[in-house]
This record gives sequence, structure tokens and C-alpha cells, in this order.
Amino acid sequence: MKAMHEKLIFEHSAPGRSAEAQYPQVPVEAPIPAALRRAGAPLLPEVSELQAVRHFTRLSQLNFSIDTHFYPLGSCTMKYNPKACNQYAMLPELLNRHPLAPESTGQGILQILYELQEMLKEVTGMRGVSLTPMAGAQGEFAGVAMIRAYHKARKDLARVEIIVPDAAHGTNPATATMCGCTVKEIPTLPNGDIDLDSLRAAVGPQTAGIMLTNPSTIGVFERHIDDLRRIVHEAGGLLYYDGANLNAILGKVRPGDMGFDVIHMNLHKTFSTPHGGGGPGSGAVGVSERLLPFMPVPIVGSDGDRYRWLDEKDLPQTIGRLSGFMGNTGVLLRAYIYMRMLGRDGMQRVSEFATLNSNYLAARLRAAGFELAYPERRASHEFIVTLRREAHEWGTNAMDFAKRLLDYGFHAPTTYFPLLVPECLLIEPTETESKEELDAFVDAMIAIRREAETEPDKLKGAPWTLPVRRLDDVRAAKQLDLTWKAA
Amino acid sequence: MPFIPHTEDDIRTMLEAIGAPDIDALFDEIPANLRAPGLPGVPPALNEMEVGRLLAGFATRDGRPLNFIGAGAYEHHIPSAVWAIVTRGEFYSAYTPYQAEASQGTLQLLYEYQTMMASLTALDISNASLYDGASGLAEACLMAVRANRKSKSQRILLPAALNPTYRDVVQVIAGNQNIAFELLPYDQKGGQTLVSALEPYSGQDITAVVLQQPNFFGTLEDADAATDWAHANNALLIGVVNPTSLAVLKPPGQWGRLGADIAVGDGQPLGVPLSSGGPYFGFMATRTEHVRQMPGRIIGRTLDLDGKPGFTLTLQAREQHIRRSKATSNICTNQGLLVTAATIYMSLLGARGLAQVAGTSMQRTQQLVDALTRVPGVRLAFDRPRFHEAVLLLDRPVKPVLEALARRGIVGGADISARYPSLGNALLVCATETRTLADIDTYAQALAETMRNSAAAA
Amino acid sequence: MSNVPADLRFLKSHEWARLEADGTITVGISDHAQQALGDLVFVEAPEPGRHVNAGEAAAVVESVKAASDVFSPVSGEVVASNADLGGQPELINQDPYGAGWIMRVRPDDKAQFASMLDAKAYAAALAAETH
Repeated sequence: MKAMHEKLIFEHSAPGRSAEAQYPQVPVEAPIPAALRRAGAPLLPEVSELQAVRHFTRLSQLNFSIDTHFYPLGSCTMKYNPKACNQYAMLPELLNRHPLAPESTGQGILQILYELQEMLKEVTGMRGVSLTPMAGAQGEFAGVAMIRAYHKARKDLARVEIIVPDAAHGTNPATATMCGCTVKEIPTLPNGDIDLDSLRAAVGPQTAGIMLTNPSTIGVFERHIDDLRRIVHEAGGLLYYDGANLNAILGKVRPGDMGFDVIHMNLHKTFSTPHGGGGPGSGAVGVSERLLPFMPVPIVGSDGDRYRWLDEKDLPQTIGRLSGFMGNTGVLLRAYIYMRMLGRDGMQRVSEFATLNSNYLAARLRAAGFELAYPERRASHEFIVTLRREAHEWGTNAMDFAKRLLDYGFHAPTTYFPLLVPECLLIEPTETESKEELDAFVDAMIAIRREAETEPDKLKGAPWTLPVRRLDDVRAAKQLDLTWKAA
Repeated sequence: MPFIPHTEDDIRTMLEAIGAPDIDALFDEIPANLRAPGLPGVPPALNEMEVGRLLAGFATRDGRPLNFIGAGAYEHHIPSAVWAIVTRGEFYSAYTPYQAEASQGTLQLLYEYQTMMASLTALDISNASLYDGASGLAEACLMAVRANRKSKSQRILLPAALNPTYRDVVQVIAGNQNIAFELLPYDQKGGQTLVSALEPYSGQDITAVVLQQPNFFGTLEDADAATDWAHANNALLIGVVNPTSLAVLKPPGQWGRLGADIAVGDGQPLGVPLSSGGPYFGFMATRTEHVRQMPGRIIGRTLDLDGKPGFTLTLQAREQHIRRSKATSNICTNQGLLVTAATIYMSLLGARGLAQVAGTSMQRTQQLVDALTRVPGVRLAFDRPRFHEAVLLLDRPVKPVLEALARRGIVGGADISARYPSLGNALLVCATETRTLADIDTYAQALAETMRNSAAAA
Repeated sequence: MSNVPADLRFLKSHEWARLEADGTITVGISDHAQQALGDLVFVEAPEPGRHVNAGEAAAVVESVKAASDVFSPVSGEVVASNADLGGQPELINQDPYGAGWIMRVRPDDKAQFASMLDAKAYAAALAAETH
């Protein structure tokens, strides 16, 4: 029996109760001067260990997850997270190591991180890798900051404009702004490629660089990448590769070989570290020769058989530090274990089977009468279905389909992204799903489409079988209720 | 094929449905000249048994030395229940809760977390977390610039006694946006930030003042005076705090007459293992009036179509996926899994347990200081009240001493001499509730022997 | 079809403006804009006394799905902003040209108002945008 509702932890509280095995019992009076002492205890739960365990276990049961449901969320790469990656990253010696402990006590972990840097260099074709960014968005920040530092070091101070395609993920422009750059958007052609004429018109002495995802956010490979690179490089700009879709090309084509100067990788996508309900991520960056001096520190270096941290003294032109220590080491460990288990052949199979699953799902949905947004293009690891006909004929939009899929036991695909395609579902099955699971998803889509025609209210009111029905977002934003208060 | 379920039959049927002769044909839109020949630099695959042996080997090599470092990451006991629940697949392998109906577990937990953090900091509201404490402070500085409408200067005062890595990170992340950071000195005798050092700035346009409590040296600051000075000068006060300490120390919301405006810090002490530097999480709390300037995810409670309460992401219009180049930050993630750990940790300990952890850690650090300063050549740097860290001054360079201790299985503290040259040979030490009196004795004896065996600096 | 009152002036970015008897200009967002944004949940109006330039983002309107800048059609000093929107942002949805006004500006140069689109031109721009 699955939980459908769970009280707040505070509503389980009773004064004087706590999990007493978990802290020192000898009463201590903290020797704090009266003026610095806290007045009144904080509102933390007063529950037993079992009450807490039961509460949070029940909460977990209110979630969809990869371990329980097919999760075809486009651009998020929700593949299976092997259990070994977690188990061996949680070995007590690795878990309990203080980040500032002497390097002599951490040669094991340093070697792991060094080898991870080397493997990531190989799969991306870049010359250097820094593991320190703590998420994709921080990797992006590091990338654009390096581009700025490069131009500044050359006294090319006018280069402050970052070009992004209109289909780009929202972090791209947000990152450019955080780095003190301005943003220029260029359009995408109806066939999904970037409009090179607009690009030629956009570049100039103000161009710092361009941020690209390839395959792009609309799920197709940018075929004119060679021309595009030439245009940007000849104008004096650099090329930034957003690694959001690296899963699609792993081992098949390398960003370094495409001529990119800097790339960030989302290890929580391509290298299967957990999404954890929204984090932690890890956004390692790779760079070409000319950006090597600017990489964020620390980076693991090797002097023969000894490993050590390279810092500001080793890279005086570094953009600097992005975290309190050296990034999300625990996440890096999981990526390392995953890569070692895949090996060189397994890594190529990732893109092969991710692409096979995606094209198969696209072909089956198309055969079932769904409209693909880019039917003439080969799907990459993901593709877009547009439900504009369904919206027009029956008044059932993409969100209605998404919510109804939840009732059928499938997590919804990404909806309304990219913004270019009306009523869209961005679908990414990943390589770890079986044909049976994909077929079941197609069956569900067909069944929902039939409902849309005959009983559209089933979609508009969906979901019906989850812990809650659709939530009032307007109320949530207007009558802010962000913390619980005792009645 | 590890983690790939396809049989030969599956592959054949799927290719037929696509109308492609083989899998390679699916990559036909990639220009041939760009195709990679393979990945010879990646080693061949290992199975789970082999990778387990490999990792166990690395782990054994690093061992489990006895740790006395804090300096921003603290070794506390973590109840077994915490990570047993955190690593349940339903939390571990879930995505960001955009589909609220399919994510009520994560969302309710985050709402409970926000409630706990707001109460711990004694402020109105909390976000659902940021990457870590250092980057969280950078976000707080950017937020202060947006929130302080009275200030045009973009000048922010940072104490020299603030964790120096936090200073570095703030400069990197916020430095591209024309914010000027100026340093406030600390008292050489007490180790506290000199509130008198604020006086020269009186009447000037200052956007915000940052204060860390306890500061990097472990010394307790006069937070009331700094907060009142900030408000008297139309500046916001950003408090950087250790969450464990808030069980016993005056929380930011109680500082001075009006309380701090923003509190940030690293949540690592709340059930997150040291794990060589991360992943940790940053927390941020503020007053309701600044909610729309706060970066990061925020969860709200609302009603569903049937009038039943439920939880959802709210105020998303501030965020990068909607606001794009005008977003409050480019941040997409919170540190969901670590916040899950912290929420379970705080639930198990409660206010009393957390106060016991804080009090015991203070006591242990005092015992450690007493034991180590009995060793010839070691003395205490600062005489002011402290939390659970202290700076010791050695009569010789710190690094060789730490190396010698490491050979004896002791991680003896953080060498902060390079960051604070005026202190001389400075060693920052910490003992939490996880160190016993026997551990402290072991350290003191090892230090005494190490000091005897190596010559003091001239 | 959205309502475009004949006595108002407009910007292509969907702000409206009305010249008041005292020479100030009242600014809000058009019926079309409020429909496109959906239920508004928050309005950030400028503080009186602030000087704004024509084309400068002077206010922000926020719905659950979008946040949009409101550009001042003229340069001048903000003399008033609509305090009722603080508690009732929905006034813009209910009455965009009346109770949902956002700010009042004393223009530096009245010619800027005269150069705005008239109702007919704005209606034509809307028609072009939706086709």
C-alpha cells in the first residue's frame, strides 16, 4: 500500500521527544556570553527515530523517480543510475576525508580525480579539464568567464557580446549576463539549423563568443558546424559548447574536433550521477589549448607518481575559485565509477542506443499519427512532438497530455521547451530503457489521444490518481506560504 | 551490454520500424570528417566486482586519519537513518520537481526544510538551497545589490576574518558585475572584526556589510553592533553562519535592533559527510520583503483543484528558464539530495540534540586548546570567546609539523599562515562531538613528540 | 479580440499612456498584454521621485509563467505609482485601462507622448503580430 498523503513532520511532534541515540547525552551548558546567546529554541521537529524514518520514507513514496517510472524528460537524460556508483562512492575512507587534509593522506582520491580528468579529455577531445564547477550552470559560468578572461588578457576589451540561438536553454543568456556580457539572439531556420546569414551579420569586433548546444535543444545535429565555427573564429570570437546533449554523440564526435574552445559537461546527465530531486549536479569544464591558462582551480596535477592540487600559484591567470573547496567530489566519484564500468566501448554504446531508442520512439509515434516538429531530420537522442493539431481540434494542450501521462504511470516529457515549437513535448528516452517500456509509452500516448477526442475532460482534469490534482500556481505566488507556522 | 537491455531481436525490429539499415546510419547527419575514430584513451570496461576492488584499493590507501580540521567543513556524527533514506531511489533518482503532482515527496520535504532553516536563522523565509556556502555568499552579495534600493554604490564590506576562500569565490562570481569589495580588519589580540573599523565608512553609500559568526578563526563577533551600524548607514547586513551554532548562538534574525537582512552559510554540518569537499549545500534565508530578489528555488504550499493542500515551485518568474538574461541568477539546481539529508538530520536531532552537538563541540575544542597549548612552542592566538575552532601559533613553520602528524595518522588542522601572514605560523584547529578525550590526548602526545623531534625556527 | 480604447496612445511593447489634464502621463499595460501574461501575481512599480528615460524598464509585471518589463514611453519624473497593485495585482487583469494603471510620469518633453502609436496604429500592429 503506497502512501497518498503524509502530515508535515511538525505535525508528528510532541514536546520533549527526540532521537536520543543520535547525540551526546551528557548535559552541556555552552559557555556563551549572555549577549551572544540565542533567545528561544528553533522550531525543529520533536519526533522519535522511527517517526522520522516512517515520515520521510512515506514522503519518498509520493515521488516519481527513475527507479520507479519511465522518465522521458527531454534535455535531462534521465538514465539509470547504477547502484554500484553510489555504493563505492560511499566507502567510509572516501566519505570521511576532510578536503584540506594533507595531499599525502589523499593520494587515492587524487588519482581517481586525475584519471577522471584524463578520461573526460579523451571523450571531449579537449586539452584540459577542470572538475571544480558544482553544476551545469556553474560550468557555463566558468566557460564564459574564461572567454572573457582570454579576450581581456589580449587587451581585446570590446569583446563583451555573447551570441545565443533563440532555441537556447535559459541558462545561456542568464550566464552571459552574470559574466557581465550582453546577449544577442540569432534565429533558427525552419529545418532546425542555425541561420548562418544572421550569424554572419551578428558577428564583429564586439563578439566574445557563441554558446551552442549540438545536437541542439530541438534534438537535431547542427550540420553546418564547420561553417559556423569558421564564421565565429574568423570574427575573433570563441565557441562555447553546452554539454547538455553530450549523451547523443558520446564517442561518435568530439566537441574538440568540432572546433569548440570550451565545453561544460553535465555529469548528472551523460555520466549518470543522480539528479537527487534537483541536485547535486556537477559541471566539469574542458578547454582548448588557448584557454588552458584560465581554467578554474583547483585542478589535479601529477608529478610522476605523486598527485597534487594545482592552484593559483600554478595557474596565475586562472579565473579563480567557484566553491569553498574543490567542487562536488562525491558526484565526481560516481561519474568515475560509471565511466570505468562502461569502458571505451560502453561509452560509444551510450550514444548508439540513446539514438536508437529516440528514433524508434519517434518513428512509432509518427506512425500512430502524432506530428513530429522536424520530420525531415534524423532525431538525435531526443525529439519533439507538437500537439498543435490536438490543441486546435480538441482543446487539449501539451500540458494536458503531460498530466494525463502521469495517470498512466509515465513521467511527463519536457513541455513547452524549446519555446520555438508550439504545444511541444521534448522526449528523451535514454539508452537504458527497454523496447517494451517504449512500446508501453506509445500505447499510452495513443490511448490519451483517443481520450482527447472523445473525453477531453479526462485530460483537462488530469492527473486523477496522484497524491494531488493540479495545483493552483496563482494562489501559490500571490498568497505566499513558504514556511509552516504552528496554528 | 552493461545497463543496455536490447536483445539482437529488439535491435532488428527497432531498425526496421525506423527504416535504417544499421545503428551507424542514425548518425548520418554528422559530417564524416568530424566522426571520432573511437576512444582509445579510455580504459576497457570493468564489471561491478572489479570496480569494487579498484575503489576499495584507493580507499584503503587513503585510510581514516584522525581529523582535527574544520575551516568550513565539520565532521559530525551522521545518524544511520539519514543516508539510508536519502539513497532510496525515490529521492536519489528523481528529477527537479517541475511536475508537482509527481513530486510531492520532494516538494513537501523542501517546504519542511524551508521552515526549519527560517526558524534556525530566525528570519521569515528560506530558499530550497544553493550550491555551497561560498557561492551562496556570492549570490547574497548580488541579491543585496538588487534589494538595497537606497544604495547606488555597489560597495560591499567584507571582514578579513571571513573565510578567505569565500572572499575568493565572491570576487570570482560577483566581480564581473562591477561590485567593489573592501576589507574590514580584525583585532590582532581578540580575532574579532573591529566594529570601529566601520566608522570611517559612516555616512557613505555602502550597499551591504558581511559578517561571519563565528568567524573563520572561530572567534565570536559583535554581531549586534555591526548590524546596527549597517542599518544606521542604510546598508544591508549579510550574516554568514554555521547552522550547528545557531542552536545556541543568537541567530541572524536576532542580531541588533532589527536583525540581519540575509543569512547564508554552508549546510554541510547538518548530516552531510566531508567527502573531500562536496557535494555540500548552501542555505539562504531573508525577510519576506526581499523574497523576489532571492535566487534559487522556492517551494510554496497551495491548494489543488479539489481544494486539497499541496506543494509546488513558486515565484519561478525570477528564474533563468523564464527570465533568461534578466534572471536573478543562472542557478538551476538546488542541492536536493543534501537538503534531504539535512532535513532528516534536523528532524532526528531536534533543537535539543543540535544544542547538545554545538555545546559538546565547544567543550571539546576548549579541551583540545588546553591540551595543545601545554605543548612547548604552541600558544593560543586570540583571547576572545569562540565557538568550536581556535587559532594556535607555532614557533616553527606549520606545514612540516602537519606532514609529520599525518605520518602518524593525525590530520592536525589547517595551515592558515599563507592567508594570514601577519599571524605568523598559524594553525586552525577544530574538535567536534566526534572527538573523544582520548583522541585529544593522542593528538597532544603526537604533537609534543613531533615538536621535540624537529627544531624550532630561529 | 482585445480592447483598444481610442483615446489612448500605445507602444509596440504593449504599454498604454494617457495625457492627463495636469500635464502628467498615466501609464499601464494593454488589455492584449494582460491577456498574454495571464493572471498577474506581482507588480513592481517605480518609487515616486525616480527619473526614468523613455524606453527604460520602469516597472515589472509578473505572472506565474512570465515576468515582463514595463517600459516608460516618455522621459520624466515618476510622480505617482499605483499602491493598490501591491495587494491586488489582479486589478491589471480586471481593468487594465482604469484601476490597473501602473504609474504617472511628469514628462520632460511632451513631444515624446505625441510620437506614440494611436489606437488605430496599435490595433494594426496587434493584428500583424497575431498573423
